[in-house]
Amino acid sequence: MSIQFRHKPGMVVYLTIGDPDISTSKQIALAAIDAGADVLELGVPFSDPLADGPVIQRASERALLHGTRLTEVLALARELRTERPQAGLVIFSYLNPILRLGLEKFCALAQEAGVDGVLVTDLIVEEAEEYRAAMRRHKLQPIFLAAPTSPDARLEQIAKASEGFVYAISRTGITGTQQQVADGAQQLVERIRRYTKLPIALGFGISSAAHVAAVGAFADAAVIGSAIVAIIEKSTPAEAPMAVAAFLSELGVVPVATGETLAILS
Amino acid sequence: MSKVTATESNPSSAIAGRFGAYGGRYVPETLMAALEELESAYAAAQADPAFTSELAHLLHHYVGRPTPLYHAARLTEFLGGAKIYLKREDLLHTGAHKINNCIGQGLLARRMGKRRIIAETGAGQHGVATATVCALFGMECVIYMGEEDMRRQELNVYRMRLLGAEVRGVRSGSATLKDAINEAMRDWVTNVRTTYYLLGSVLGAHPYPTMVRDFHRVIGIEARQQILEAEGRLPSAIIACVGGGSNAIGAFFEFIPDKSVRLIGVEAGGRGTNLGEHAARFQCGSPGVLQGTYSYVLQDDAGQVSLTHSVSAGLDYASVGPEHAALHDSGRAEYVSASDAEALRATVTLARMEGILPALESAHAVAEAMRLAPKLQRSDILLVNISGRGDKDMGILARELKLQGA
Repeated sequence: MSIQFRHKPGMVVYLTIGDPDISTSKQIALAAIDAGADVLELGVPFSDPLADGPVIQRASERALLHGTRLTEVLALARELRTERPQAGLVIFSYLNPILRLGLEKFCALAQEAGVDGVLVTDLIVEEAEEYRAAMRRHKLQPIFLAAPTSPDARLEQIAKASEGFVYAISRTGITGTQQQVADGAQQLVERIRRYTKLPIALGFGISSAAHVAAVGAFADAAVIGSAIVAIIEKSTPAEAPMAVAAFLSELGVVPVATGETLAILS
Repeated sequence: MSKVTATESNPSSAIAGRFGAYGGRYVPETLMAALEELESAYAAAQADPAFTSELAHLLHHYVGRPTPLYHAARLTEFLGGAKIYLKREDLLHTGAHKINNCIGQGLLARRMGKRRIIAETGAGQHGVATATVCALFGMECVIYMGEEDMRRQELNVYRMRLLGAEVRGVRSGSATLKDAINEAMRDWVTNVRTTYYLLGSVLGAHPYPTMVRDFHRVIGIEARQQILEAEGRLPSAIIACVGGGSNAIGAFFEFIPDKSVRLIGVEAGGRGTNLGEHAARFQCGSPGVLQGTYSYVLQDDAGQVSLTHSVSAGLDYASVGPEHAALHDSGRAEYVSASDAEALRATVTLARMEGILPALESAHAVAEAMRLAPKLQRSDILLVNISGRGDKDMGILARELKLQGA
């Protein structure tokens, strides 16, 4: 499969896998896809999530309490791929769990599982040569993050190295919700646009229908992370899938019939 | 970039922030522009005589350099082997070697026009040194410190507050140094445009490991000259404790080309050999990425970073400076560990034999000297870096050594 945005803006949903447990994560993922998520970011919990705010930190801690492993996240991806062939699946991780499994082995397992892309929070383009080669060998799409602080020369490198989409960070800071979409976000997306025809997804701090609508005016997709994880935190495992689906519907996301393709952006 | 270049005799290369396979930059993209700005500002500062002379002036008149190289005659007699010299970094202003780096980076931050300084601290010595420099230069100062460390190094918390710093407690993980670094990095990534991150050890993303090492090179430069003056020859070995490894790299660096000089780093052996009971990265860790750099990391088989333990907060950390990883792999330096109990015994021994109370961190180096000296000849010389003084540890020592009296 491949990463396709069927909505305007496309909807990327981040989940910390293993929070509260793997089987609930699967039900939440299925519910999110059925509610219209174009791409799922399957978050690998890490002991030292230094780019994350308190919400995702707590989710990682809960997932690690029962020892959620990268290999389990990959096994979950395989199940999701079988049950929902159309969904875009991205592994979202810090670098160390991938290194520990072995870069080559990780890529082979991810390919086998039917994963589309990989996003590594603490891997910048300059350090990614070997990683990109392994991704190419296994037909995986590397997605890199672009920041408001990145000068144009870096944005060009990031855009060229990315496949699937470019992840634009709306503001300096860690993950977490905020009142409104940051002022510099549109400017960042426009700067990235000069260097690529790939879709650009905007993330960090997006948590309401108004945010999503604002993002839709200038970006191709919105990433919802902490807001979803916070809903899971507040729900019982049984309620969580429905609560996430209801939240996506509140954001204005509509389900897409399998195989149907609506309004993909150029 | 550093003026130091790789040579055949020196396995450490500063090129592109790599030390052999180790080092590099593993950070969120948001920080990259700041790291590049820092790298070029540091290069410009090094090339500017106004910067280097102000640094030298402050190191002499404010920090108290050079520090003595002291022949520990009674300890030497007691151990009955190699002749022991102590490099007295404990005599520096604020009580530890950390101030060397803080003065350097503080001057750099001022040059860069940054008015807000953040730092992490474990034992509190780096926090105190940072707070001191911020007071000296009139800068805003926020220190992140694990709550466990705030408890066991309480006096340093008071010192930082007295100096005008805000101390922010960190509760996550084991509430020690690693967690404080995570929180400092979260602050930096949020306030990166206005804030200078004054990292306190040879850790993190390039250029920090190289820059912090350069600011501590003065330890080895002085010691090499002093031992040649005192003895007319180089020591058999240099011993230093290794948490992140800043005092050790500072002591080792000038001696790297001197192949006859053994370089011995001492890690925290803690209270046992299971994961979580120590901070012996070279004995029990494996290469990985933590907090910006590729080095040895204590981790489980899924790549999750382990908890650590040491009686000394300054050595209680799951990774180690990448240049030490390279020195380890090349065999140029050796890394051993000393247990909590050995460090406590060494503290008492040095106090009673020489009237010198070392920090619990530095006591790990003394412990190795106590094991090694009796096995060597009287013609051998051991140079032990006393990286800090033990005043901050009095609470722990009173409890562990039952000093409250009958």
